[in-house]
Amino acid sequence: MKATAARRWTGALRSPLGITAAVLLAAVVLLAVVAPLIWSGRADAVQSAEILQGPSSAHPVGTDLLGRDILARVLVATRLSVGLALLATAIGVTAGLLLGTANVLLGRWIGRWVGTLINIAVAFPSLLLALFFAVIFGVGAKGAVLAIGFATAPGFARLTQTMAATVSGRDFIAAARVAGIGRMRILVRHVLPNIAEPLIVSATMAAGSALLAFASLSFLGLGVQAPSYDWGRLLGEGLAQIYVHPAGALAAGVAVVLAAMAFNLSGEAVARAIGLRSAQTGRRTEHTYEPPPADPEPDGPDQPLLAVENLHVTFPAAGGPVTPVRGVSLSVRRGEAIGIVGESGSGKSLTALAIAQLIEHPGRVRAERLEFLGTDLREKADHRRLLGTSLSMVFQDPMTSLNPTQRVGRQLAEVVREHQGADRRTAWRRAVDRLAAVRIPSAERRAKQLPHEFSGGMRQRAMIGMGVMANPQLIIADEPTTALDVTVQRQVLQLIANIRAAERVGLLFISHDVTVVGQVCERVLVMYAGRIVEDLPTDALLHDARHPYTRALVAAVPDMTTDRNAPLAVIPGRPPDPHDLPAGCPYAPRCLLATDRCRREDPALTTYAIGRRVACWHADQAPAAIPDNRTTVPDDDKTDDPIAAPLGGERP
Amino acid sequence: MRELTFEDVTVRFGSRRSGTVAVDGVDLVVPAGRIVGLVGESGSGKSTLARAAVGLAPLAAGRILLDGQPITGLRTRPLQMIFQDPYSALDPRMSIGASIAEAMPRGTGDKRAEVGRLLELVGLAADRAGARPDELSGGQRQRVALARALSGKPEVIVADEITSALDVSIQGAVLNAVRDLQRRMRLTMLFISHNLAVVRYVSDIVAVMRQGRIVEYGPVDEVLLDPQHEYTRELLAAVPRPGVPLGT
Ligand SMILES: Nc1ncnc2c1ncn2[C@@H]1O[C@H](COP(=O)(O)OP(=O)(O)OP(=O)(O)O)[C@@H](O)[C@H]1O
Ligand code: SF4
Ligand SMILES: [Mg+2]
Repeated sequence: MKATAARRWTGALRSPLGITAAVLLAAVVLLAVVAPLIWSGRADAVQSAEILQGPSSAHPVGTDLLGRDILARVLVATRLSVGLALLATAIGVTAGLLLGTANVLLGRWIGRWVGTLINIAVAFPSLLLALFFAVIFGVGAKGAVLAIGFATAPGFARLTQTMAATVSGRDFIAAARVAGIGRMRILVRHVLPNIAEPLIVSATMAAGSALLAFASLSFLGLGVQAPSYDWGRLLGEGLAQIYVHPAGALAAGVAVVLAAMAFNLSGEAVARAIGLRSAQTGRRTEHTYEPPPADPEPDGPDQPLLAVENLHVTFPAAGGPVTPVRGVSLSVRRGEAIGIVGESGSGKSLTALAIAQLIEHPGRVRAERLEFLGTDLREKADHRRLLGTSLSMVFQDPMTSLNPTQRVGRQLAEVVREHQGADRRTAWRRAVDRLAAVRIPSAERRAKQLPHEFSGGMRQRAMIGMGVMANPQLIIADEPTTALDVTVQRQVLQLIANIRAAERVGLLFISHDVTVVGQVCERVLVMYAGRIVEDLPTDALLHDARHPYTRALVAAVPDMTTDRNAPLAVIPGRPPDPHDLPAGCPYAPRCLLATDRCRREDPALTTYAIGRRVACWHADQAPAAIPDNRTTVPDDDKTDDPIAAPLGGERP
Repeated sequence: MRELTFEDVTVRFGSRRSGTVAVDGVDLVVPAGRIVGLVGESGSGKSTLARAAVGLAPLAAGRILLDGQPITGLRTRPLQMIFQDPYSALDPRMSIGASIAEAMPRGTGDKRAEVGRLLELVGLAADRAGARPDELSGGQRQRVALARALSGKPEVIVADEITSALDVSIQGAVLNAVRDLQRRMRLTMLFISHNLAVVRYVSDIVAVMRQGRIVEYGPVDEVLLDPQHEYTRELLAAVPRPGVPLGT
């Protein structure tokens, strides 16, 4: 962790932006320290003979009204200008931190009042605030420092407050409170470290702004007073002579700009270094290993709705491209319901997105065959219309797929208006009709509501209603019920099943929940590390799966018949990192049956019976080696009681 | 071993007039050394009840007792909570060892050794103490959260949907760890989950919550085999079972 942080910083320093920022900042600091020591004599030497001279070898940017060397004065002024700006920033940052963390330190009630205060203060333009303070604290450097400091504070406080609030909302803060850790310790140990980096960035940027603001105040005569001088004052003095000799006036201006840039660029560079956190900086060896091609499914008597062969999805990454989907082949026929199950990150969603042509740049989709309703989706044509009317996607979180500012009915109507050119009246009527079809009560009234007025389950049903507005042939549902309660989940699943049965729609149903998939689908595809490792009918899932992973996955799910006295089956280890896939079977490190061959050669997905494919060298041994945790219900024990029947194994 | 009792507990959010009542006069007993599973639909008030127990949500009425003593009177609460989201439960800037050590009561002798012992207890290697949360999988993080909860030497643990963000392959390991520890340390536990199969597996007693109230309470087998309340029946019927037709 330390090492990666160090790498991050050296990486940032090596970028052109980082180098520029570092050089500028170093120069400014160096000048602030040494310039007064070296040039102050020269800067203060009044030479009445050389008043208001233009640039010459003795005075590179000329002299001022008293014949003093302007360049020397600009250089010497670095210390005061930068010093005052930093002082003002320090005041602003401290005040901002105190105000911004009031919520954490003093409790919610006081925090809310402070928040209101901050909100009012932020609304004031900061220069106006500075002028206001300058009037209160009096004209002079002290007043200006305080003025700029307090003008910086509200913005900083606001930033601190929002970030602290985000961090405070997280469970580890709640856990610390439950453990009896005091507020001050929570602030110092948990809150500040988690918001420090962006705060440092914005403090650096604030220093840049303070420098400019200070220059403006001095320029206006509200800042540093004679005989002291900073860049703002030099700029003011120079401006009077701008027509006589412009170089003298511009020198201080250039200094202000360069120094402000030094601060702002440094802030920018630090921000980028922080932003880089998630990207991989280390170079990985590129691993373009190709799994053996899977047996495609034989086309049935009628043409499949969807045919996919050897689908790949690739993303560029710092250490070489990663391919989270590697050679998926599947087909869906009219009216068929196919489930895809697998752990998080196995590539389920990406497969669905690739089929719907929703993978965005820089992701790349490659396939040997990608046909929907006989149209080759790989061709560079506009498939929007075909996909828009014949394919519908239902996502896990309906809130993100519905426009929060538009009435639900109107969003549904939009679909047919866009794709079928229906007029407004017809479209609205159909929208209401579809909402009723997905069992939204009093659909006429509900259609006029906004998405947030719907409950989660209703929103999901509305999404499905939207999906069937244009009579789709295929519905792809990606975890459509994961966010829902069991009772609502059941309603949504029933809805999907009914639509499918009534309209002979194909269904590709993605879920991490083996049980749900088993209930909705006829066939299940099990995905692991970007590939399909088993393809089997649902009724074989519980007791007759052949892939060790499928069996382990099924055994790991407790259901209403699991033996409560035995420990649950677990799958040791975790799925492989898509950046770093092992050479042989990707499941080998976790597999009970793994042999040397498994670690060397990757098994292809092969057909071993009608409608059944598996990718495993030892599939025949799996059923004996990995027992299922399910008690089979004997046939004669089946009752009509829907509750007692599945619990049959439990009864005495 | 302590008994946790909720007595007519009400929690209200917002103002008295326009606010919502999240928990509405709940009476619930978690007997000493037992696991009570709390089920119910989202928004029924399960998490709010849990947060009230550990002092994260203020009570509008009622009392929470530990062995008959009002919990607010106790100087240190022998109560810990484990949260739902493994990705937000640990401070990303702290090593997991430091996170675990933080909750230890003052005067704990060798904190390093104790951290190692707790990590081993939840099935992680003791030498992972220096690891940062982002080096761990969701299931491993949840086990660290469990170790942190145990480090406070609690007698009562409140676990709120601790496996719902996990993959099933990992869920099993976490549930095994929970059950194993509860039995060995004779902990009292309130286990919240919307997953009936999970609740059935870990709990001795089930409480069913709906709209802020407990509608059914009883030993797991009785409630699941012979539910009395209409809503419990509805919940049970909705549990997905492969191969069982959905109905229309
Ligand atoms: N835009 C992207 N850029 C780079 N990698 C990505 C991108 N989207 C997904 N991935 C990676 O691809 C892999 C598969 O992702 P995918 O979303 O398909 O998983 P999933 O099986 O749907 O998982 P979950 O069950 O969590 O939804 C993951 O390792 C993920 O990190
Ligand atoms: S090929 Fe070998 S390692 Fe892979 S699942 Fe089959 S037995 Fe296990
Ligand atoms: Mg997904």
